[in-house]
Amino acid sequence: MVIMNYNNNNMDIETKTIGNIFTENPKITSRNVNVFYHDKQAINNVSLDISSKEIISLIGPSGCGKSTFLRCFNRMNDTIDGCKVEGNIVLDDQDIYHPSVDVVPLRAKIGMVFQKPNPFPKSIYDNVAYGPKIHGLASTKDELDSIVELSLKNAGLWNEVKDRLQSPGTGLSGGQQQRLCIARAIAVSPEIILMDEPCSALDPIATAKIEELIHQLGKNYSIVIVTHSMQQAARVSQRTAYFHLGELIEVGLTKQIFTTPQDKQTEAYISGRIG
Amino acid sequence: MNNDHILSTFDNDLNRLNKDLLKLAKLATEQFVNSIDNFSTQNIEEIDKLIANDKNLDELDEKIQQLGFEIIALRAPQAGDLRRVISALKIATIFERIGDYSRNISNRTKALIEMSSDDTPGVNIGKMGLVTQEMLEDVIIAYKDKDSDLSIKVRDTDVVIDKMNTKLYQEVLASMSRNKKNIVSGTHILFIAKNIERVGDYVTDIAEHNYFLINGKPLSDNRPKADKTSLYGQD
Repeated sequence: MVIMNYNNNNMDIETKTIGNIFTENPKITSRNVNVFYHDKQAINNVSLDISSKEIISLIGPSGCGKSTFLRCFNRMNDTIDGCKVEGNIVLDDQDIYHPSVDVVPLRAKIGMVFQKPNPFPKSIYDNVAYGPKIHGLASTKDELDSIVELSLKNAGLWNEVKDRLQSPGTGLSGGQQQRLCIARAIAVSPEIILMDEPCSALDPIATAKIEELIHQLGKNYSIVIVTHSMQQAARVSQRTAYFHLGELIEVGLTKQIFTTPQDKQTEAYISGRIG
Repeated sequence: MNNDHILSTFDNDLNRLNKDLLKLAKLATEQFVNSIDNFSTQNIEEIDKLIANDKNLDELDEKIQQLGFEIIALRAPQAGDLRRVISALKIATIFERIGDYSRNISNRTKALIEMSSDDTPGVNIGKMGLVTQEMLEDVIIAYKDKDSDLSIKVRDTDVVIDKMNTKLYQEVLASMSRNKKNIVSGTHILFIAKNIERVGDYVTDIAEHNYFLINGKPLSDNRPKADKTSLYGQD
């Protein structure tokens, strides 16, 4: 990943964000994004590039808007009553909020993993096969089998479940269920994976496995991860963005944010002080 | 902005670390100042007391290292907190080393007293010691007050000690050349001066650590240097 050496104020973008919001060859560009829940503004003028094959963490206190901003990328906010998104979000030259955009293929391109593992009440096999089936990604049973196997392998779960693919997905442990959900997300060949606190319901061992998986997946996908664990952000991401009260306060290389943040609010948050 | 951590025990640990470091700084300064005083007063009793005191600095340094490791392991400090802990560990080691140099000065002073040699030039030892003492005192103030400018001033003062050391080196060599009886005492004087010059270097390191602690970036490496003794004898 290459961070472009631009001063934020040199572009025609009004932003108060400290640090470089731009990347070279961005996969997603978001510009002047505002999000409202009815009258309440949850995101205030946020602009940020997401690079191809980068792992970026969104951090900040509860209610800062990081999950709301994450949900803008796959238009999950559309499903929330009274939620209005303004601004411009472009994925590969396509404005994802354009009226002509069909959200179903969009959400296949942008997979999502949630805080609580949520496998379908189906077999392990069917959990992974469901997406490719409805998106028509496999024309034969063999092709579908290959996708399921590859997805489970890439999610680091294959060896643990290969002998019980017809068992219910809900019978797996929490960490295994989360990896099953990741396998389900990557089965439809997404380009971006959004993760909303993917380890907060998991024990440290399961968390370590997911973090290693995120690291491996980062070689092929752009990953945007919302996390409350600053150590997790430090461990897994190349860039970190700090949100506070709906604003993107600071963004930068993770090693810079965690050693020499430029903003006092960022430092107060990451060092466990009262901001 | 409130500067306290949400977790008060984290603040307690950092405060303990800071308090112990300042205590070590005070002890190291006292040891150094006394080692220079004893060179002038030649009080054997005081010298022995100083040599025995060195273990207190060693113990306090060990305590600081232990606490620093615990803070890193248990509190996972970030950003300015991380710099504070890492700097404290490095600075503590330096103060402990200043204690070692003070002890070595004292051992050599004792040897000089026993030789009863008064023909070797050592008059500049007191002056070098005084400049170094001022640097030490200033760097502790700079640390306490988070004063970048004073840190830079301390660093740049080191050149004065370098020059004094080079001059004294030449004088002592001349003295040894004149009279071979001065070789043993002259060598002790040279090492005492070198020890003071090294203390000056260490104080400079503390000033640089302090600058990094305050600013999050290193002080540029273009400080003036004037210790020419390593070139002596070259064409």
